[in-house]
Amino acid sequence: MLNQKLKLNTKIWNDDPEGKSTSYGAGVEKVATREGFGQGLLKVGGEDENIIALSADLSESVKLNLFAEKFPERFIELGIAEQNLVSVASGIASMGKIPFIASYAIFNPGRNWEQIRTTICYNNQPVKIIGSHAGLSVGPDGGSHQMLEDIALTRVLPNMVVISPADSIEAKKATIACSKTQDPTYIRLARNNTPIITTDETPFEIGKAQIVFLPEVGLAHVGIIATGSILYKAIQAGRELEKKGIKVKVMNLSTIKPLDKEAIIALAKETKAIVTVEDHQIIGGMGSAVAECLVESYPAPIEFVGINDKFGQSGTPNELEKYYGIDTINIIEKVEKVLKRKI
Amino acid sequence: MQNLNDEKIKELKTKANDIRKSIVEMLCEAGSGHTAGALGMADIFTLIYFHTLKHKSNDPSWVNRDRVVLSNGHIAPVLYATMAHAGYFPKEELMTLRKIGTRLQGHPHREFLPYIETSSGPLGEGLSQAVGMAIADRIYGGNKTIYALLSDGEHDEGNIWEAVMLANKEKLSNLIAIIDRNHIQIGGNTERVMPLGDLKEKYKSFGWNVYEVDGHNFTEINNAIYNAKNNVGSPSVIVARTIPGKGVKEWENDYTWHGKAPNKKEMEMALEELDRNK
Repeated sequence: MLNQKLKLNTKIWNDDPEGKSTSYGAGVEKVATREGFGQGLLKVGGEDENIIALSADLSESVKLNLFAEKFPERFIELGIAEQNLVSVASGIASMGKIPFIASYAIFNPGRNWEQIRTTICYNNQPVKIIGSHAGLSVGPDGGSHQMLEDIALTRVLPNMVVISPADSIEAKKATIACSKTQDPTYIRLARNNTPIITTDETPFEIGKAQIVFLPEVGLAHVGIIATGSILYKAIQAGRELEKKGIKVKVMNLSTIKPLDKEAIIALAKETKAIVTVEDHQIIGGMGSAVAECLVESYPAPIEFVGINDKFGQSGTPNELEKYYGIDTINIIEKVEKVLKRKI
Repeated sequence: MQNLNDEKIKELKTKANDIRKSIVEMLCEAGSGHTAGALGMADIFTLIYFHTLKHKSNDPSWVNRDRVVLSNGHIAPVLYATMAHAGYFPKEELMTLRKIGTRLQGHPHREFLPYIETSSGPLGEGLSQAVGMAIADRIYGGNKTIYALLSDGEHDEGNIWEAVMLANKEKLSNLIAIIDRNHIQIGGNTERVMPLGDLKEKYKSFGWNVYEVDGHNFTEINNAIYNAKNNVGSPSVIVARTIPGKGVKEWENDYTWHGKAPNKKEMEMALEELDRNK
């Protein structure tokens, strides 16, 4: 069942009370995480005049336009120049300001990784890096634009905070929260409209994982850890498994760095079997971060749902998720597999 | 600010010579590092820190200070030596260059030495950071001048030209870039490795206000900076013709000194020569 201590969206199963559909959030209200970012930036822009937004020609698609219209004097358009985007932001941050830089994740932090390393992380400047259109959700645009390596690229950098919000409401909260810290921060966003899982009342704190789905009674047999909007599929899988008598806890690990080790170890101790779920390469991704934590502290068998060392291609997001094996059914399969490996 | 009298020029020459001696000594002690560019930029650093800048060496984080961004971080020895001579930290500390635990990292790192505005080393990123500082200063109504010290070789990097375009678009008249036009980079002559051609004309065509000076002539550099500061509506660049290895005849214009440090014998020879320059 949904963990209602977190005041999650109770309408999550509205259209499908019996749980018959396994399609991706059919009928649930859906909003893109990039929308939540745009709303969050607009809000903090009004509260803190030290917030500056920088665009590399994609202000509308990464939802900087709301801020740009309201605060034109604090909005800089740099053109298609992501290396400059980062290093200019570093200079602005060094003057005591909080710059948000937004583009597609493939370019930001893809194109400009070394500038992020040297001018932001090495300098420890509070630049907020927004990578939109991450993962397979870009769909028809094809593999060149499907950023599946950004979690790996950012979490490896010292000083960096990495957040991958589960829905647009959480994206808004993450945007607001990170504007108040002095840490270099990466927020991973998606293009497509995805199910609303949380509500305005759901607590959010950078670095804190949450159990969003849990057994009605007793301990869970397996822990599913998900990051980003694919969390919805993990919850769906939890519901399916529950019907089969498998008790599941689903964790929303929206902050990938710093990692909530305490919560992950607690889940591993309870379930002794973990499945990680992400719309990202398995190599270097969130699952790897979980594995790094558990092998050191509480080795439990882990199965990874993610992209298995491949580039994407054109297709609808649903088709691609099936093709690359990150759909609800794949999560269920991995749960069954990890249960067999349980010691 | 405008005019340098003979006495001031003499004082600056002596200071630059002392800074060159420190550069040679610290590089020899470190056993590795970049000699040619550091010696070549000693006059410009001396003028900036001992005449041009609005700064307080006893209060390095003074908010109204002008900003200096050293983009080609490999010439760090000239930055460190000049700052030590200007009173930011003791001159003895220069001998810790490149050693474990030092504040004087092989390439500048702001976390170790907070008195500098930014870390650098990877080329082509400093102008962008200076542009960011100039934008922030303009938005928030400051009255600072942002100086970006660039090498010629790093103009191979595309990142620089992205910054050149933005500075023009934003009409950053509070930004002054100074290019160390010494015609060498690590692989040889700049025009052979990747022809840069007429940097002055290139910047001009990008909408910048342009000056060209002898990078060892205090009066010329000072006049260019003065005029650049009074320019309105566009960023300014000063292309400074410099001699790599300047001050030690045996090393001047020899690109092999780009990326190596003198041994003890070479240091003694150089120090003797610099003493004679006094």
